[in-house]
Amino acid sequence: MRLRHQNVWRTMACVVLVLLVSISMAANWLAPAGYAKQYREAAGAAPSHDHWLGTDEIGRDRFARVLYGTRISLLLAPAAALLSTLMAALVGGLAGYLGGGWAKAAMAVTDLFLSLPWLFLLITVRAVMPLNVSPLFSVLVTFLILGLLGWTSAARVLCATAGSLRDSDFVRQARASGIRGVRLFWFHVLPNLKPVLYAQFWISIPAFILSEANLGILGLGVAEPMPSWGSLLKELEGMVSVGEEPWKFVPLILLVVVVTSFQLVLSKPEEASA
Amino acid sequence: MLWRRIARHGFAIVATVLLGGLLSTALVRLAPGFDVDEAQLDPHLNSASVQALRQTRLEQHNIFRFYLHSLQRAVHGDLGTSLSLGQPVSTLLRERAPLTLRLVGIGLLLSWTMAMAMALTAACLRVAAYDALTTVVSGTFLCIPAAVLALLSVLWNVPGALAIGLIVFPRVYRYARNLLSKAYSLPHIITARAKGLSELRILFWHVVPVVGPQLLAVAGVSVSIAVGAAIPVEALCGLAGVGQLAWQAALARDLPLLTNLTILVTLVTLLANSGADVIGHMLRGQEA
Repeated sequence: MRLRHQNVWRTMACVVLVLLVSISMAANWLAPAGYAKQYREAAGAAPSHDHWLGTDEIGRDRFARVLYGTRISLLLAPAAALLSTLMAALVGGLAGYLGGGWAKAAMAVTDLFLSLPWLFLLITVRAVMPLNVSPLFSVLVTFLILGLLGWTSAARVLCATAGSLRDSDFVRQARASGIRGVRLFWFHVLPNLKPVLYAQFWISIPAFILSEANLGILGLGVAEPMPSWGSLLKELEGMVSVGEEPWKFVPLILLVVVVTSFQLVLSKPEEASA
Repeated sequence: MLWRRIARHGFAIVATVLLGGLLSTALVRLAPGFDVDEAQLDPHLNSASVQALRQTRLEQHNIFRFYLHSLQRAVHGDLGTSLSLGQPVSTLLRERAPLTLRLVGIGLLLSWTMAMAMALTAACLRVAAYDALTTVVSGTFLCIPAAVLALLSVLWNVPGALAIGLIVFPRVYRYARNLLSKAYSLPHIITARAKGLSELRILFWHVVPVVGPQLLAVAGVSVSIAVGAAIPVEALCGLAGVGQLAWQAALARDLPLLTNLTILVTLVTLLANSGADVIGHMLRGQEA
Protein backbone atom coordinates (compact mmCIF):
# COMPACT_ATOMS: atom_id res chain seq x y z
CA MET A 1 0.00 0.00 0.00
CA ARG A 2 2.80 2.38 1.04
CA LEU A 3 4.79 1.43 -2.03
CA ARG A 4 1.80 2.17 -4.24
CA HIS A 5 1.44 5.59 -2.64
CA GLN A 6 5.10 6.25 -3.27
CA ASN A 7 4.71 5.25 -6.89
CA VAL A 8 1.75 7.61 -7.30
CA TRP A 9 3.76 10.51 -5.85
CA ARG A 10 6.73 9.60 -7.96
CA THR A 11 4.65 9.48 -11.13
CA MET A 12 3.07 12.83 -10.26
CA ALA A 13 6.52 14.33 -9.70
CA CYS A 14 7.70 13.02 -13.07
CA VAL A 15 4.61 14.48 -14.78
CA VAL A 16 5.19 17.86 -13.10
CA LEU A 17 8.83 17.90 -14.17
CA VAL A 18 8.05 16.92 -17.78
CA LEU A 19 5.27 19.51 -17.89
CA LEU A 20 7.45 22.29 -16.55
CA VAL A 21 10.34 21.45 -18.86
CA SER A 22 7.94 21.35 -21.85
CA ILE A 23 6.35 24.67 -20.93
CA SER A 24 9.73 26.34 -20.43
CA MET A 25 10.94 24.96 -23.77
CA ALA A 26 7.95 26.57 -25.42
CA ALA A 27 8.78 29.95 -23.86
CA ASN A 28 9.40 31.45 -27.32
CA TRP A 29 5.78 30.78 -28.26
CA LEU A 30 4.05 31.08 -24.89
CA ALA A 31 5.67 34.26 -23.62
CA PRO A 32 3.91 37.47 -24.65
CA ALA A 33 7.30 39.14 -25.28
CA GLY A 34 11.02 38.64 -24.93
CA TYR A 35 12.48 38.53 -21.43
CA ALA A 36 14.18 41.91 -21.91
CA LYS A 37 11.34 43.81 -23.59
CA GLN A 38 10.29 46.80 -21.54
CA TYR A 39 6.78 48.24 -21.23
CA ARG A 40 7.89 51.59 -19.89
CA GLU A 41 4.33 52.87 -19.49
CA ALA A 42 3.46 49.87 -17.32
CA ALA A 43 6.46 49.60 -15.00
CA GLY A 44 5.68 47.80 -11.73
CA ALA A 45 2.16 46.93 -12.93
CA ALA A 46 -0.06 44.41 -11.14
CA PRO A 47 -1.24 41.26 -12.96
CA SER A 48 -3.63 42.01 -15.81
CA HIS A 49 -4.91 40.51 -19.04
CA ASP A 50 -1.79 41.77 -20.86
CA HIS A 51 0.71 40.86 -18.17
CA TRP A 52 -0.40 37.73 -16.31
CA LEU A 53 2.13 38.15 -13.52
CA GLY A 54 2.47 41.90 -13.82
CA THR A 55 5.69 43.67 -14.73
CA ASP A 56 8.88 44.29 -12.79
CA GLU A 57 10.09 47.71 -11.71
CA ILE A 58 11.54 48.50 -15.13
CA GLY A 59 8.48 47.29 -16.99
CA ARG A 60 9.47 43.82 -18.17
CA ASP A 61 6.75 41.18 -18.37
CA ARG A 62 7.20 38.93 -15.33
CA PHE A 63 5.46 35.92 -16.89
CA ALA A 64 7.86 35.97 -19.84
CA ARG A 65 10.83 36.27 -17.51
CA VAL A 66 9.59 33.38 -15.36
CA LEU A 67 9.22 31.19 -18.48
CA TYR A 68 12.69 32.03 -19.79
CA GLY A 69 14.23 31.86 -16.32
CA THR A 70 12.72 28.41 -15.76
CA ARG A 71 14.21 27.29 -19.06
CA ILE A 72 17.68 28.51 -18.13
CA SER A 73 17.60 26.93 -14.68
CA LEU A 74 16.07 23.65 -15.86
CA LEU A 75 18.43 23.25 -18.80
CA LEU A 76 21.69 24.37 -17.31
CA ALA A 77 21.40 22.67 -13.92
CA PRO A 78 21.37 19.22 -15.60
CA ALA A 79 24.26 20.34 -17.82
CA ALA A 80 26.25 21.33 -14.73
CA ALA A 81 25.22 18.04 -13.06
CA LEU A 82 26.49 16.13 -16.08
CA LEU A 83 29.81 17.95 -15.92
CA SER A 84 30.22 17.31 -12.19
CA THR A 85 29.27 13.64 -12.63
CA LEU A 86 31.83 13.20 -15.39
CA MET A 87 34.49 14.86 -13.26
CA ALA A 88 33.57 12.66 -10.30
CA ALA A 89 33.81 9.58 -12.53
CA LEU A 90 37.15 10.67 -13.88
CA VAL A 91 38.76 11.73 -10.59
CA GLY A 92 37.05 9.39 -8.12
CA GLY A 93 36.71 6.39 -10.43
CA LEU A 94 40.28 6.57 -11.72
CA ALA A 95 41.76 7.26 -8.28
CA GLY A 96 39.88 4.30 -6.80
CA TYR A 97 40.87 2.08 -9.71
CA LEU A 98 44.54 3.05 -9.52
CA GLY A 99 44.56 2.99 -5.70
CA GLY A 100 47.60 3.73 -3.52
CA GLY A 101 49.07 7.21 -3.71
CA TRP A 102 46.67 8.29 -6.46
CA ALA A 103 43.65 7.54 -4.30
CA LYS A 104 45.21 9.30 -1.31
CA ALA A 105 46.05 12.40 -3.36
CA ALA A 106 42.58 12.53 -4.92
CA MET A 107 40.93 12.14 -1.53
CA ALA A 108 43.13 14.87 -0.05
CA VAL A 109 41.88 17.24 -2.76
CA THR A 110 38.25 16.22 -2.17
CA ASP A 111 38.75 16.67 1.59
CA LEU A 112 39.99 20.17 0.94
CA PHE A 113 36.92 21.04 -1.14
CA LEU A 114 34.55 19.37 1.30
CA SER A 115 36.04 21.19 4.28
CA LEU A 116 34.66 24.47 2.95
CA PRO A 117 30.97 25.34 3.22
CA TRP A 118 29.49 24.95 -0.28
CA LEU A 119 28.19 28.53 -0.58
CA PHE A 120 31.48 29.94 0.66
CA LEU A 121 33.40 28.00 -1.94
CA LEU A 122 30.99 29.13 -4.65
CA ILE A 123 31.19 32.82 -3.87
CA THR A 124 34.98 32.69 -3.51
CA VAL A 125 35.47 31.09 -6.91
CA ARG A 126 32.75 33.23 -8.50
CA ALA A 127 34.49 36.35 -7.21
CA VAL A 128 37.68 35.34 -9.01
CA MET A 129 35.86 35.78 -12.32
CA PRO A 130 34.98 39.31 -13.40
CA LEU A 131 31.45 40.29 -12.36
CA ASN A 132 30.69 42.81 -15.10
CA VAL A 133 30.52 40.31 -17.94
CA SER A 134 27.97 39.74 -20.69
CA PRO A 135 24.73 38.00 -19.56
CA LEU A 136 25.44 34.90 -21.64
CA PHE A 137 28.94 34.62 -20.22
CA SER A 138 27.57 35.03 -16.68
CA VAL A 139 25.15 32.13 -17.28
CA LEU A 140 27.99 29.94 -18.52
CA VAL A 141 30.33 30.96 -15.70
CA THR A 142 27.70 30.36 -13.01
CA PHE A 143 26.79 26.87 -14.15
CA LEU A 144 30.38 25.96 -15.06
CA ILE A 145 31.47 26.82 -11.53
CA LEU A 146 28.66 24.67 -10.14
CA GLY A 147 29.70 21.79 -12.38
CA LEU A 148 33.40 22.15 -11.71
CA LEU A 149 33.06 22.38 -7.94
CA GLY A 150 30.19 19.99 -7.29
CA TRP A 151 31.97 16.69 -7.99
CA THR A 152 33.84 16.18 -4.73
CA SER A 153 31.35 14.29 -2.56
CA ALA A 154 30.50 11.94 -5.44
CA ALA A 155 34.20 11.39 -6.12
CA ARG A 156 34.63 10.00 -2.61
CA VAL A 157 31.82 7.48 -3.13
CA LEU A 158 33.12 6.56 -6.58
CA CYS A 159 36.68 6.18 -5.30
CA ALA A 160 35.48 3.73 -2.63
CA THR A 161 33.30 1.82 -5.13
CA ALA A 162 36.06 1.64 -7.75
CA GLY A 163 38.50 0.55 -5.05
CA SER A 164 36.26 -2.36 -4.09
CA LEU A 165 35.77 -3.26 -7.77
CA ARG A 166 39.53 -3.31 -8.31
CA ASP A 167 39.84 -6.24 -5.93
CA SER A 168 36.71 -8.03 -7.15
CA ASP A 169 36.87 -11.48 -8.74
CA PHE A 170 35.73 -10.46 -12.21
CA VAL A 171 38.31 -7.67 -12.47
CA ARG A 172 41.03 -10.04 -11.32
CA GLN A 173 39.85 -12.55 -13.88
CA ALA A 174 39.90 -9.89 -16.61
CA ARG A 175 43.39 -8.89 -15.54
CA ALA A 176 44.50 -12.51 -15.62
CA SER A 177 43.13 -12.72 -19.18
CA GLY A 178 45.51 -9.96 -20.20
CA ILE A 179 43.11 -7.00 -20.15
CA ARG A 180 44.82 -4.01 -18.63
CA GLY A 181 44.94 -0.25 -18.35
CA VAL A 182 42.34 1.91 -20.04
CA ARG A 183 40.46 -1.04 -21.53
CA LEU A 184 40.00 -2.68 -18.15
CA PHE A 185 38.78 0.58 -16.63
CA TRP A 186 36.54 1.49 -19.56
CA PHE A 187 34.89 -1.88 -20.20
CA HIS A 188 34.87 -3.53 -16.78
CA VAL A 189 35.10 -0.95 -14.01
CA LEU A 190 33.20 2.04 -15.42
CA PRO A 191 30.00 0.12 -16.36
CA ASN A 192 29.76 -1.03 -12.74
CA LEU A 193 29.99 2.56 -11.52
CA LYS A 194 26.94 3.55 -13.57
CA PRO A 195 24.35 3.24 -10.76
CA VAL A 196 26.40 5.59 -8.54
CA LEU A 197 26.91 7.97 -11.46
CA TYR A 198 23.19 8.07 -12.27
CA ALA A 199 22.35 8.71 -8.61
CA GLN A 200 24.95 11.47 -8.43
CA PHE A 201 23.63 13.08 -11.59
CA TRP A 202 20.03 13.22 -10.36
CA ILE A 203 20.97 14.34 -6.85
CA SER A 204 23.11 17.17 -8.23
CA ILE A 205 20.33 18.78 -10.29
CA PRO A 206 18.16 20.10 -7.41
CA ALA A 207 21.31 21.00 -5.44
CA PHE A 208 22.57 23.10 -8.36
CA ILE A 209 19.18 24.72 -8.89
CA LEU A 210 19.19 25.82 -5.24
CA SER A 211 22.81 26.97 -5.44
CA GLU A 212 22.13 29.06 -8.53
CA ALA A 213 19.16 30.63 -6.74
CA ASN A 214 21.35 31.49 -3.75
CA LEU A 215 24.05 33.00 -5.96
CA GLY A 216 21.47 34.94 -7.95
CA ILE A 217 19.88 36.47 -4.86
CA LEU A 218 23.32 37.49 -3.59
CA GLY A 219 24.01 39.21 -6.93
CA LEU A 220 26.72 36.75 -7.94
CA GLY A 221 24.73 34.66 -10.39
CA VAL A 222 23.27 35.23 -13.83
CA ALA A 223 23.64 38.85 -14.92
CA GLU A 224 20.81 41.11 -16.05
CA PRO A 225 18.82 41.14 -18.28
CA MET A 226 19.08 37.35 -18.55
CA PRO A 227 16.52 35.81 -16.18
CA SER A 228 17.05 32.81 -13.95
CA TRP A 229 15.28 31.71 -10.80
CA GLY A 230 18.02 33.34 -8.76
CA SER A 231 17.73 36.73 -10.43
CA LEU A 232 13.91 36.53 -10.36
CA LEU A 233 13.92 35.78 -6.64
CA LYS A 234 16.07 38.86 -6.08
CA GLU A 235 12.83 40.81 -6.53
CA LEU A 236 11.71 39.61 -3.10
CA GLU A 237 14.44 41.76 -1.59
CA GLY A 238 12.51 45.00 -1.87
CA MET A 239 9.20 43.68 -0.52
CA VAL A 240 7.62 45.15 2.58
CA SER A 241 4.99 42.46 3.26
CA VAL A 242 4.03 39.10 1.79
CA GLY A 243 0.48 40.19 0.98
CA GLU A 244 1.70 43.25 -0.88
CA GLU A 245 2.54 41.60 -4.22
CA PRO A 246 2.03 37.84 -3.84
CA TRP A 247 2.64 37.19 -7.55
CA LYS A 248 6.32 37.88 -6.94
CA PHE A 249 6.41 34.51 -5.16
CA VAL A 250 5.65 32.57 -8.36
CA PRO A 251 9.37 31.82 -9.09
CA LEU A 252 9.79 30.60 -5.51
CA ILE A 253 6.73 28.34 -5.79
CA LEU A 254 8.01 26.95 -9.08
CA LEU A 255 11.45 26.34 -7.59
CA VAL A 256 10.01 24.56 -4.53
CA VAL A 257 7.76 22.44 -6.77
CA VAL A 258 10.67 21.45 -9.02
CA VAL A 259 13.08 20.65 -6.17
CA THR A 260 10.36 18.71 -4.32
CA SER A 261 9.58 16.80 -7.51
CA PHE A 262 13.23 15.87 -7.92
CA GLN A 263 13.35 14.70 -4.32
CA LEU A 264 10.22 12.60 -4.80
CA VAL A 265 11.66 11.06 -7.95
CA LEU A 266 14.88 10.29 -6.09
CA SER A 267 13.20 9.02 -2.93
CA LYS A 268 12.23 5.62 -4.33
CA PRO A 269 15.63 3.98 -4.66
CA GLU A 270 16.50 5.27 -1.20
CA GLU A 271 13.37 3.70 0.29
CA ALA A 272 13.93 0.51 -1.63
CA SER A 273 17.48 0.19 -0.37
CA ALA A 274 16.33 0.84 3.18
CA MET B 1 45.43 5.53 20.53
CA LEU B 2 43.40 8.65 21.25
CA TRP B 3 46.47 10.86 21.09
CA ARG B 4 47.47 9.29 17.80
CA ARG B 5 44.01 10.07 16.46
CA ILE B 6 44.22 13.68 17.69
CA ALA B 7 47.70 14.02 16.17
CA ARG B 8 46.45 12.62 12.86
CA HIS B 9 43.58 15.11 12.86
CA GLY B 10 45.98 17.92 13.73
CA PHE B 11 48.26 16.98 10.88
CA ALA B 12 45.31 16.73 8.47
CA ILE B 13 44.05 20.16 9.55
CA VAL B 14 47.44 21.82 9.12
CA ALA B 15 48.00 20.12 5.75
CA THR B 16 44.51 21.01 4.48
CA VAL B 17 44.78 24.62 5.62
CA LEU B 18 48.23 25.00 4.02
CA LEU B 19 47.05 23.38 0.80
CA GLY B 20 43.89 25.49 0.87
CA GLY B 21 45.99 28.59 1.36
CA LEU B 22 48.18 27.70 -1.59
CA LEU B 23 45.13 27.08 -3.79
CA SER B 24 43.58 30.37 -2.67
CA THR B 25 46.82 32.19 -3.43
CA ALA B 26 46.97 30.59 -6.86
CA LEU B 27 43.35 31.60 -7.41
CA VAL B 28 44.11 35.21 -6.47
CA ARG B 29 47.26 35.28 -8.56
CA LEU B 30 45.61 33.78 -11.67
CA ALA B 31 42.36 35.74 -11.41
CA PRO B 32 41.69 37.99 -14.39
CA GLY B 33 42.72 41.55 -13.57
CA PHE B 34 45.38 40.64 -10.98
CA ASP B 35 48.04 42.62 -12.85
CA VAL B 36 45.86 45.70 -13.12
CA ASP B 37 46.15 48.23 -10.33
CA GLU B 38 43.90 51.27 -10.55
CA ALA B 39 46.36 53.18 -8.32
CA GLN B 40 48.80 53.22 -11.24
CA LEU B 41 46.35 55.40 -13.16
CA ASP B 42 46.33 58.07 -10.46
CA PRO B 43 47.53 61.30 -12.15
CA HIS B 44 48.94 62.57 -8.83
CA LEU B 45 51.59 59.82 -8.73
CA ASN B 46 55.00 60.50 -10.20
CA SER B 47 56.82 57.99 -12.38
CA ALA B 48 58.91 56.70 -9.46
CA SER B 49 55.77 55.87 -7.47
CA VAL B 50 54.20 54.13 -10.47
CA GLN B 51 57.43 52.19 -10.96
CA ALA B 52 57.39 51.18 -7.27
CA LEU B 53 53.80 49.93 -7.62
CA ARG B 54 54.76 47.90 -10.70
CA GLN B 55 57.73 46.46 -8.82
CA THR B 56 55.43 45.36 -5.97
CA ARG B 57 53.19 43.60 -8.49
CA LEU B 58 56.17 41.93 -10.14
CA GLU B 59 57.27 40.49 -6.80
CA GLN B 60 53.88 38.83 -6.51
CA HIS B 61 54.16 37.03 -9.85
CA ASN B 62 55.70 33.87 -8.44
CA ILE B 63 52.82 32.05 -6.70
CA PHE B 64 55.02 30.17 -4.22
CA ARG B 65 57.02 33.25 -3.25
CA PHE B 66 53.80 35.22 -2.93
CA TYR B 67 52.33 32.47 -0.74
CA LEU B 68 55.40 32.16 1.46
CA HIS B 69 55.46 35.92 1.91
CA SER B 70 51.77 35.88 2.90
CA LEU B 71 52.40 33.01 5.33
CA GLN B 72 55.33 34.83 6.95
CA ARG B 73 53.16 37.88 7.47
CA ALA B 74 50.25 35.76 8.75
CA VAL B 75 52.51 34.15 11.37
CA HIS B 76 53.22 37.64 12.69
CA GLY B 77 49.51 38.43 12.83
CA ASP B 78 49.46 40.50 9.65
CA LEU B 79 46.70 39.10 7.44
CA GLY B 80 47.02 41.92 4.94
CA THR B 81 44.76 44.84 4.18
CA SER B 82 41.33 44.69 2.61
CA LEU B 83 41.36 46.30 -0.84
CA SER B 84 37.73 47.37 -0.73
CA LEU B 85 37.46 48.49 2.89
CA GLY B 86 41.04 49.75 3.35
CA GLN B 87 41.31 48.22 6.81
CA PRO B 88 43.55 45.44 8.17
CA VAL B 89 41.89 42.04 7.70
CA SER B 90 42.70 41.06 11.31
CA THR B 91 40.84 44.13 12.62
CA LEU B 92 37.83 43.37 10.41
CA LEU B 93 37.76 39.78 11.62
CA ARG B 94 38.09 40.80 15.26
CA GLU B 95 35.19 43.21 14.93
CA ARG B 96 32.86 40.90 13.05
CA ALA B 97 33.59 37.40 14.34
CA PRO B 98 31.66 37.70 17.65
CA LEU B 99 28.36 38.42 15.86
CA THR B 100 28.80 35.50 13.47
CA LEU B 101 29.77 33.17 16.31
CA ARG B 102 26.65 34.22 18.24
CA LEU B 103 24.38 33.83 15.20
CA VAL B 104 25.82 30.45 14.24
CA GLY B 105 25.76 29.25 17.85
CA ILE B 106 22.12 30.21 18.46
CA GLY B 107 21.15 28.96 15.00
CA LEU B 108 22.73 25.58 15.69
CA LEU B 109 21.05 25.36 19.07
CA LEU B 110 17.65 26.16 17.54
CA SER B 111 18.07 23.77 14.63
CA TRP B 112 19.18 20.88 16.84
CA THR B 113 16.36 21.51 19.31
CA MET B 114 13.76 21.53 16.53
CA ALA B 115 15.25 18.58 14.68
CA MET B 116 15.74 16.37 17.72
CA ALA B 117 12.30 17.19 19.14
CA MET B 118 10.63 16.27 15.86
CA ALA B 119 12.80 13.24 15.17
CA LEU B 120 12.37 11.85 18.68
CA THR B 121 8.61 12.29 18.73
CA ALA B 122 8.37 10.77 15.24
CA ALA B 123 10.51 7.79 16.26
CA CYS B 124 8.69 7.26 19.58
CA LEU B 125 5.11 7.83 18.43
CA ARG B 126 5.42 5.91 15.14
CA VAL B 127 2.21 7.52 13.86
CA ALA B 128 2.26 7.57 10.05
CA ALA B 129 0.41 10.89 9.82
CA TYR B 130 2.82 12.63 12.23
CA ASP B 131 5.80 11.13 10.43
CA ALA B 132 4.44 12.38 7.10
CA LEU B 133 3.80 15.84 8.59
CA THR B 134 7.35 16.19 9.95
CA THR B 135 8.78 14.94 6.65
CA VAL B 136 6.73 17.49 4.71
CA VAL B 137 7.75 20.33 7.04
CA SER B 138 11.46 19.49 6.87
CA GLY B 139 11.23 18.73 3.13
CA THR B 140 9.69 22.14 2.47
CA PHE B 141 12.50 23.94 4.26
CA LEU B 142 15.00 21.80 2.39
CA CYS B 143 13.54 22.96 -0.94
CA ILE B 144 13.73 26.67 -0.14
CA PRO B 145 17.05 28.34 -0.97
CA ALA B 146 18.92 29.62 2.09
CA ALA B 147 18.91 33.15 0.66
CA VAL B 148 15.10 33.10 0.32
CA LEU B 149 14.75 32.04 3.95
CA ALA B 150 17.01 34.96 4.84
CA LEU B 151 14.82 37.33 2.78
CA LEU B 152 11.67 35.97 4.41
CA SER B 153 13.21 36.48 7.84
CA VAL B 154 13.69 40.16 6.95
CA LEU B 155 10.13 40.34 5.64
CA TRP B 156 8.65 38.83 8.79
CA ASN B 157 11.09 40.56 11.12
CA VAL B 158 12.44 37.26 12.41
CA PRO B 159 15.92 37.14 14.02
CA GLY B 160 18.74 36.05 11.74
CA ALA B 161 19.68 33.21 14.11
CA LEU B 162 16.25 31.63 13.55
CA ALA B 163 16.81 31.83 9.79
CA ILE B 164 20.11 29.96 10.22
CA GLY B 165 18.29 27.48 12.44
CA LEU B 166 15.64 26.88 9.78
CA ILE B 167 18.32 26.39 7.11
CA VAL B 168 20.23 23.80 9.18
CA PHE B 169 17.19 22.09 10.74
CA PRO B 170 15.98 19.94 7.76
CA ARG B 171 19.48 18.57 7.13
CA VAL B 172 19.89 17.57 10.77
CA TYR B 173 16.34 16.25 10.99
CA ARG B 174 16.75 13.88 8.05
CA TYR B 175 19.80 12.20 9.56
CA ALA B 176 18.46 12.23 13.11
CA ARG B 177 15.12 10.72 12.09
CA ASN B 178 16.74 7.91 10.12
CA LEU B 179 19.20 7.14 12.92
CA LEU B 180 16.53 7.19 15.62
CA SER B 181 14.06 5.12 13.56
CA LYS B 182 16.72 2.47 13.04
CA ALA B 183 17.72 2.57 16.72
CA TYR B 184 14.12 2.17 17.91
CA SER B 185 13.76 -0.87 15.63
CA LEU B 186 16.69 -2.68 17.26
CA PRO B 187 15.68 -5.94 19.01
CA HIS B 188 17.01 -4.96 22.44
CA ILE B 189 15.11 -1.68 22.39
CA ILE B 190 11.89 -3.42 21.32
CA THR B 191 12.42 -5.86 24.19
CA ALA B 192 13.01 -2.99 26.61
CA ARG B 193 9.75 -1.41 25.49
CA ALA B 194 7.90 -4.71 25.82
CA LYS B 195 9.22 -5.05 29.36
CA GLY B 196 7.65 -1.70 30.21
CA LEU B 197 10.75 0.48 30.66
CA SER B 198 9.98 4.19 30.63
CA GLU B 199 10.59 6.08 27.40
CA LEU B 200 13.16 8.33 29.06
CA ARG B 201 15.14 5.39 30.35
CA ILE B 202 15.03 3.69 26.93
CA LEU B 203 16.18 6.92 25.33
CA PHE B 204 19.13 7.65 27.62
CA TRP B 205 20.22 4.08 28.41
CA HIS B 206 19.67 2.35 25.10
CA VAL B 207 19.09 4.77 22.22
CA VAL B 208 21.63 7.52 22.93
CA PRO B 209 24.61 5.13 23.19
CA VAL B 210 23.67 3.69 19.78
CA VAL B 211 23.06 6.92 17.89
CA GLY B 212 25.36 9.25 19.86
CA PRO B 213 28.60 8.86 17.85
CA GLN B 214 26.77 9.18 14.52
CA LEU B 215 24.85 12.23 15.74
CA LEU B 216 28.15 13.77 16.78
CA ALA B 217 29.41 13.37 13.22
CA VAL B 218 26.23 15.11 12.00
CA ALA B 219 26.91 17.87 14.56
CA GLY B 220 30.33 18.46 12.99
CA VAL B 221 28.80 18.70 9.52
CA SER B 222 26.02 20.98 10.79
CA VAL B 223 28.64 23.55 11.88
CA SER B 224 29.83 23.74 8.28
CA ILE B 225 26.24 24.15 7.03
CA ALA B 226 25.54 26.87 9.62
CA VAL B 227 28.69 28.81 8.71
CA GLY B 228 27.68 28.63 5.03
CA ALA B 229 24.15 29.77 5.92
CA ALA B 230 25.58 32.79 7.73
CA ILE B 231 26.57 34.34 4.36
CA PRO B 232 23.07 34.90 2.91
CA VAL B 233 21.54 35.58 6.33
CA GLU B 234 24.07 38.27 7.28
CA ALA B 235 24.22 39.71 3.76
CA LEU B 236 20.47 40.02 3.33
CA CYS B 237 19.54 40.84 6.93
CA GLY B 238 22.15 43.60 7.13
CA LEU B 239 24.09 41.95 9.98
CA ALA B 240 27.72 43.02 10.12
CA GLY B 241 29.35 39.64 10.60
CA VAL B 242 31.98 37.58 8.82
CA GLY B 243 29.37 36.23 6.36
CA GLN B 244 28.48 39.74 5.24
CA LEU B 245 32.18 40.53 4.99
CA ALA B 246 32.68 37.52 2.69
CA TRP B 247 29.77 38.62 0.51
CA GLN B 248 31.06 42.20 0.29
CA ALA B 249 34.53 40.89 -0.52
CA ALA B 250 33.08 38.73 -3.29
CA LEU B 251 31.11 41.63 -4.79
CA ALA B 252 34.14 43.92 -4.63
CA ARG B 253 36.48 41.12 -5.80
CA ASP B 254 38.54 41.79 -2.70
CA LEU B 255 40.51 38.59 -3.11
CA PRO B 256 43.07 39.02 -0.28
CA LEU B 257 40.21 39.40 2.19
CA LEU B 258 38.26 36.55 0.64
CA THR B 259 41.19 34.13 0.74
CA ASN B 260 41.85 34.94 4.40
CA LEU B 261 38.20 34.32 5.16
CA THR B 262 38.30 31.08 3.19
CA ILE B 263 41.24 29.80 5.22
CA LEU B 264 39.58 30.86 8.47
CA VAL B 265 36.31 29.13 7.60
CA THR B 266 38.18 26.00 6.48
CA LEU B 267 39.93 25.95 9.83
CA VAL B 268 36.67 26.35 11.78
CA THR B 269 34.84 23.59 9.87
CA LEU B 270 37.83 21.23 10.07
CA LEU B 271 38.13 21.81 13.81
CA ALA B 272 34.40 21.16 14.26
CA ASN B 273 34.51 17.93 12.24
CA SER B 274 37.70 16.69 13.88
CA GLY B 275 36.38 17.58 17.34
CA ALA B 276 33.19 15.62 16.64
CA ASP B 277 35.23 12.67 15.40
CA VAL B 278 37.54 12.65 18.44
CA ILE B 279 34.64 12.92 20.91
CA GLY B 280 32.79 10.16 19.03
CA HIS B 281 35.90 8.01 19.23
CA MET B 282 36.16 8.65 22.97
CA LEU B 283 32.50 7.69 23.47
CA ARG B 284 32.92 4.50 21.45
CA GLY B 285 36.02 3.70 23.48
CA GLN B 286 34.12 4.12 26.76
CA GLU B 287 31.31 1.96 25.44
CA ALA B 288 33.73 -0.79 24.43
